Parts: sequence; C-alpha cells; structure tokens
Amino acid sequence: MLGLEAKDFRLLILVAILTMAAPFLLNPFPEGSGLAQFNAGYPDLMQRFVIFGIFAIGFNILFGLTGYLSFGHAAFLGVGSYAAIWMMKLLTMNVIPAIIVSVIVAGIFSLAVGWISLRRSGIYFSILTLAFAQMSYSLAYSVLTPITGGETGLQPKVNDPRILDGALTEGGTPKANLFGLEMGSSIEWGVGNWLFTFNAGYYVAAIVMLAAFYLSIRIFRSPFGMMLRAVKSNQQRLNYTGLNAKPYTLAAFVISGMYAGLAGGLMVAMDTQVGAERMFWTASGEVVLMSILGGVGTLIGPVLGAGAIKYMENILSKINSDILHTWFAFLPDGLEDFVVTLIYPFIGKGWHLTLGLIFMAVVIFLPGGLVEGGQRIARLFGRKKKSTDTPDGKTTPAE
Amino acid sequence: MSKMTLSRRGVLTTGAAAGAGLALPTYLPAASHAGFTNAPTGSTVTLGFNVPQTGPYADEGADELRAYELAVEHLNGGGDGGLMNTFSSKALQGNGILGKKVEYVTGDTQTKSDAARASARSMIEKDGAVMITGGSSSGVAVAVQALCQEAGVIFMAGLTHSNDTTGKDKKANGFRHFFNSYMSGAALAPILGANYGTDRKAYHLTADYNWGYTTEEAVRTSTEAIGWETVAAVKTPLTQTDFSSYIAPVLQSGADVLVLNHYGGNMVNSLTNAVQFGLRDKLVNNKNFEIVVPLYSRLMAKGAGANVKGIFGSTNWHWSLQDEGSKAFVQSFGTKYGFPPSQAAHTCYVQAMLYADAVERAGSFNPCAVAEALEDFEFDGMGNGPTLYRAEDHQCFKDVLVVKGKENPTSDFDLLEIVEVTPTSQVTYDASIFGGELGTCNPGA
Repeated sequence: MLGLEAKDFRLLILVAILTMAAPFLLNPFPEGSGLAQFNAGYPDLMQRFVIFGIFAIGFNILFGLTGYLSFGHAAFLGVGSYAAIWMMKLLTMNVIPAIIVSVIVAGIFSLAVGWISLRRSGIYFSILTLAFAQMSYSLAYSVLTPITGGETGLQPKVNDPRILDGALTEGGTPKANLFGLEMGSSIEWGVGNWLFTFNAGYYVAAIVMLAAFYLSIRIFRSPFGMMLRAVKSNQQRLNYTGLNAKPYTLAAFVISGMYAGLAGGLMVAMDTQVGAERMFWTASGEVVLMSILGGVGTLIGPVLGAGAIKYMENILSKINSDILHTWFAFLPDGLEDFVVTLIYPFIGKGWHLTLGLIFMAVVIFLPGGLVEGGQRIARLFGRKKKSTDTPDGKTTPAE
Repeated sequence: MSKMTLSRRGVLTTGAAAGAGLALPTYLPAASHAGFTNAPTGSTVTLGFNVPQTGPYADEGADELRAYELAVEHLNGGGDGGLMNTFSSKALQGNGILGKKVEYVTGDTQTKSDAARASARSMIEKDGAVMITGGSSSGVAVAVQALCQEAGVIFMAGLTHSNDTTGKDKKANGFRHFFNSYMSGAALAPILGANYGTDRKAYHLTADYNWGYTTEEAVRTSTEAIGWETVAAVKTPLTQTDFSSYIAPVLQSGADVLVLNHYGGNMVNSLTNAVQFGLRDKLVNNKNFEIVVPLYSRLMAKGAGANVKGIFGSTNWHWSLQDEGSKAFVQSFGTKYGFPPSQAAHTCYVQAMLYADAVERAGSFNPCAVAEALEDFEFDGMGNGPTLYRAEDHQCFKDVLVVKGKENPTSDFDLLEIVEVTPTSQVTYDASIFGGELGTCNPGA
C-alpha cells in the first residue's frame, strides 16, 4: 500500500489514527476533576506535539541513519521560522507560502552549514554544527536586529504590507489562516463533563506531520537509506569500496535541515511569533534528547520522545505547591506537608529534574528508548508472536 | 479471567470519575456565548501568573510570584488587606473580584519568548485564565502581550523596562505599570548634571539587545540635552561575563563618565570590573571619574556588593519609601515572607490589584470593558504617588526614583538610598514618539 510493506503501512495507519484522535486520547479526564491537570488535549500542546514530532523525525534521518550527531539543528528551525514570519509580513497571512519558503530557506542554509561541517565527522562535526547554531543565535539576537527583531522577536503587525491580502477589517488583527480557515479556530464538543477541542491548526499540522512521517518511512526503506546506514556502520569500509560518502551525508543533512525548517514554519503558522531563543543551543540539545528518549534510528521513537518531553515541559511545570496541597488535602496536616515537600522538587520549576531522572533511567535500562520499552511489554503479553519478530526499522535500532 | 478484572476496574473508574464530575459545576460550554474569551461563569475566576521560575531572572520571578500570591490573598479577603486600604479607588471589597473567588495558575516563562507564549497559551486554552500577568524581560513581555491581544485576554506586564512594550510594540489589550528607559533617562539627567557638572564626556557600554539600545538612546539624548558629550558607545554581547577588555579603552578615550546600560548579571559583572580597574579613583579632565547605572534593582545591588556605593541609577519603587502605600505593602509582604519586597514584586502586586479594581469598576471581565476602565484612570496610594494610566499607549505615568548605592548599608536589603523623587511632569513624553499602533481591544470569542 502506498509503496510500503504491510508492516510499515500498519504503523502509518496507527500513527494516523493516533494523531486524528488525539483530542480524545489526550483529554481522558473530565473537566473540573483533580486529574484534569494532566489533560494535554488543548490546541497549543497538541500542535507542539506534532511540530516537534516533525523536528525529531527529521533529526532522526541524520542522526539515526548516518550517526552524525548534529548539535545545531535548532538553527534550521529558527531560520525556517524567520523565513515564514517574513512571508506573512510581506506576502500573505496564508500559511502555505510561509511553510514552503521556510523549507526552502532552511534547505539552503543547511546546505551551506553541511558543506562545511561535513568535512569532519564525530565530535568535530558536532562542535562545528554547535558553533554555527550559536553564531546564528547571536546574530539573530543582536547584530541582525533589523531583520530578526532581536530580543523582542517578530510578530505580524497591523500595518505590515501583506501585498496579497486584502485590507483588514477595522480593528481586526492579522491571523494566520489557510485560505480563510483561521489556524486558531476550534470546535468544542462537550460530552458529559468531557470537553474535546478540535483545532484547525492542529489538524493542518497533523496532516503535514503524517506526510513527513510517510516520507521518512520511504527514506528509511530506500536504497538511499541503506547507503546512509552503511555510512553509520563503517564509513571507512565504504570509502575503500570506492564510494564517496559525502554526497549521501550531505543529502541527509539537507533533508533533515528541511524537516527542521518545516517544523519552524509550522510553529510560526500556529503561533505567529519568532524569537531568537528558538535557536539557542539548549533547543538543539532538546531534539537530541527527544530522539534518544524515544529511540534513535526507529521510525516512531523520535515522535514519542518529542511528545514525552513537551508533555513534561508543559504539564509538570505548571503544577505548583498549591495544587499539590489540594491533592493531598485528605492526609493529616503534618503528613500532607511532608508528602508535598517530598514531591515539590520534582514538579513546577523542578520539571527539568524529573526529565533528567527519566532520561537517565531510559538510557540505562532501555538503551533503545521508549520504543524498546514498548517492545518489551509487547513481548511480555504477545507470546505467540515471537516467530514473526523480524528485524526491521521499527523494532531494532539501525546499527 | 484477566479481562473480567479489567472491565470491572474500568466500570469502577468510570463510575467514580463520572460521579466526581457530576458533583462539580460545569462551566465550560457557556464560555463561547458570553462574548469574550474565557468568561468566568462559576463562582471562581482564574488569573494566569506567568513568571520566570528558571533562567537568569529566576530571583525576580520568585519575588513576583510571592507578590501575586499575596495579592490573591488580599483580593479574597485574607491577610491585612495590604494596599487595598491605601488605594484611592475603593471598589475592591475583599470578596474576590465581582464576588468571584480568585484562583490562579502559574507557569514558567524561562525568560524565553517561546516558552512564555506556550505557558500563556496553556493558561488561556486549558485553564481558562481571563488575564495573564508577569514576566521579567521586555522580549517576553512583548511576545506575551501580542499573544494576549490575539487571544482576547488582558495582559498586565510585570517587570519590563524597554520603551518598546508600550512604544512600537504596544497593544490594546496590554498594560504596563513599570517605568521605561525614556523615563530613566529623563529622571537621571538633571541629577547627574547637578552632581557631576554639565560639561562631562560620557562613554556608554551597552548590552547588545533591544533593551540596551533603548536605554542607551534615552540616557544619551537626555544627557546631551544638558550639555554632556558622548565620546563613544560600545555594544557588549549579552553573554559576556568578563568586561575587562571593554573597560581598558574607556580611560584612553578621554571620557570622564562611564554609563553601564546593563541589567542583571551583566551589570553586576561590568560594574565589578570597572571598580576593580580603579576607574572611580581616577582623575580625568580634572574631574573625578564617575559611573552611572540607568536601571537599578535591589537584587542587582546585592550582587555587586560594595561596588555600588555612591553610584547613581533609577528605579521604579523602593521599599524604604515612606508614603502610606509603600509602608502598607512592605508591612504585609514582610509579615508573610520575612523580608522586604523588590521593585518587581511591587509592580506585579500593583498590576494585579489594578486589574481587579478595573473589573470591579467596569462590572465585567470583558477585556474591552476592563481596558476602558483602566484607560486614563488616575489613582493614588499604591506607593508611587498620584499615577495616571495613559489611554494613548497604556503606560503608567508616575514619579521616578533616582537612587544611589548606600555608603553604609545596615543590612542586606538596605543597599540603595533615594536621592530624589523626580516628579511625573518631568518624565512625561508624547505618546507618538515611539511609533507603533495600539489597535483596538480584542475580546476574543
């Protein structure tokens, strides 16, 4: 189906179902209950899940297949974002030109960075990409302020040219849209105490994510993908056979740069604002964490990792001591305070600590990431399936 | 067998959840009919406190959060009422806002515009916050203000000093109580002229980002107006920690005043370097070499230690002020937390109170009604003397404090002394000079 093997096709269908049903799946707790704190089914976070999913899928094409660890991928995300916001300011608030241009600009930029950085491999490559990313960040933050808006970033303004759009209605603000469908518009559906939000922007991003995911499966299964795996397993041997690996690695680098640009463009389409921090080195590090947490070299892993990290960043960080006290209010006073003091360092501003602990646990006990965890559970329950366990992109890291 | 167990548990969970859900009032479906985003329909109203809990301004953020918690306590009738007793408007009753109990959600801006917007969006979309407030950087303030304008909620800016927030990036749904770079310059210049003479040569070191630019511009313009000459203005990277290489050329330039347009850790480091280089002991052009820091905060003064002694700067508010409002605020903050509040805490507390008061006076949470109530609102008793919320740019106009590092501090908190309270008339400017478009208020849904 669609040029995919049955197994890959099933995975694609599964991902499609999960993304389409996300407003239900992420909102399992009724409004007003104590557990509603853990609901993640609101537009902003759902959009972030799929956008960072795209970012991580792209990163995985480079890191998972060729083994080149780029520490500067956030630069491409940022460049894509700036390109997209300028399209919105100059051309139209329609998201299509913004997204297309963001991919192209990020592709050109990654070609330039990759051309230079790929002269080295291993740690030197990582440091080179990191240097480029930090350079882009510093430029965007200060020197290029006229283009990037510096610290305050860029947003669409009422008096931007927008040559393709008609004049705004009196008192209106420019809003990102897809041929008139506003990205921020949602339909809410209340069932009992549950409230499900179907957001236009989310579904646009989700469809783009599915396309990106499909493309990544095709790349993984193509001869080109096989060449990239060969680069990872032994580049020297590849060279001795008379093959030049550079065009392959450069192509992988540019493709993954374009994925990052696509994610950047989508971020602007969903939330029309760009700031230079998007290119800071911690943002580059984050995508590395996402890939490793989910499972490097697997198809679905990076998406899971992106989801896990964004969930913690947005949900755990918002639990404050007040909320803890209401949760444990049933305990006697002294015990309540004790339990709250015990948990407090791990929530709110301490969410980084929780993330760090989980990351360590995954790396130590599940070297294959969350995907490996899923496989172990599946193996525990699915006794019969043992015989069909053939190695492929989904079940084994691409070594 | 296992299937049985699972389904029974499922039934129990669903039952319990449904029961819990039924017992609580459902408030969401009505939200879209009230004519504005997140209209509170139950017995509570949710405010969003979006402050930096991690990153370079985490100290300020922590103090802001303390102030907000205090404000919520006072609004709900707890504590000693704080500034509600001295506030010139008596609309607040201590029974919440419009009779609805005030609840709040918190978020971490990480001092990054992206993170700040994500956190603000989750407050609006998930928690149903009807107002967002806080922040400790102009970049974040501008980003969140634009978001609130789009979403149709009110934004009450926290600590943000750049002219842009209510200048070129102003928005109809955003309001700022804190003062700005222009006011710092206008307040400082006369004091500098009186103390250091009107024929000085100034050398600027400026943090290389928006706030640095606007501050340099403001101080430059106002000091040049009193006869000073600007010898050079050098930009320093924001991430710089060692400023020695920037300090050395200052002496060769023939300048006799160094202006440090730095904030936070930058200022602590550059000032320490400058003092260590012995700049303040030098005689240039037969005058004592002087250093000026346009924006001061107590937390910065603490970081720079003894180096701040005798150095002029400006600040929005200081806990040693002796008016009724300031005394009441220091009293109730000190009682609750055991130390005096910072200027960040003060501006955030006041912003929360002003919002609540505006809602009471407007009789509605509708952002447009609230904005109307805040525009051209004159008030007193909040610690800054008579204050005006100007309608043209949603900026507060009030007295500005010129402060000086204290020579003999008596405690960790007693680091700054007030040199002069510059009257409002001297720091008022025309609303159009920074450009920008206020637009019209957006009530959202």
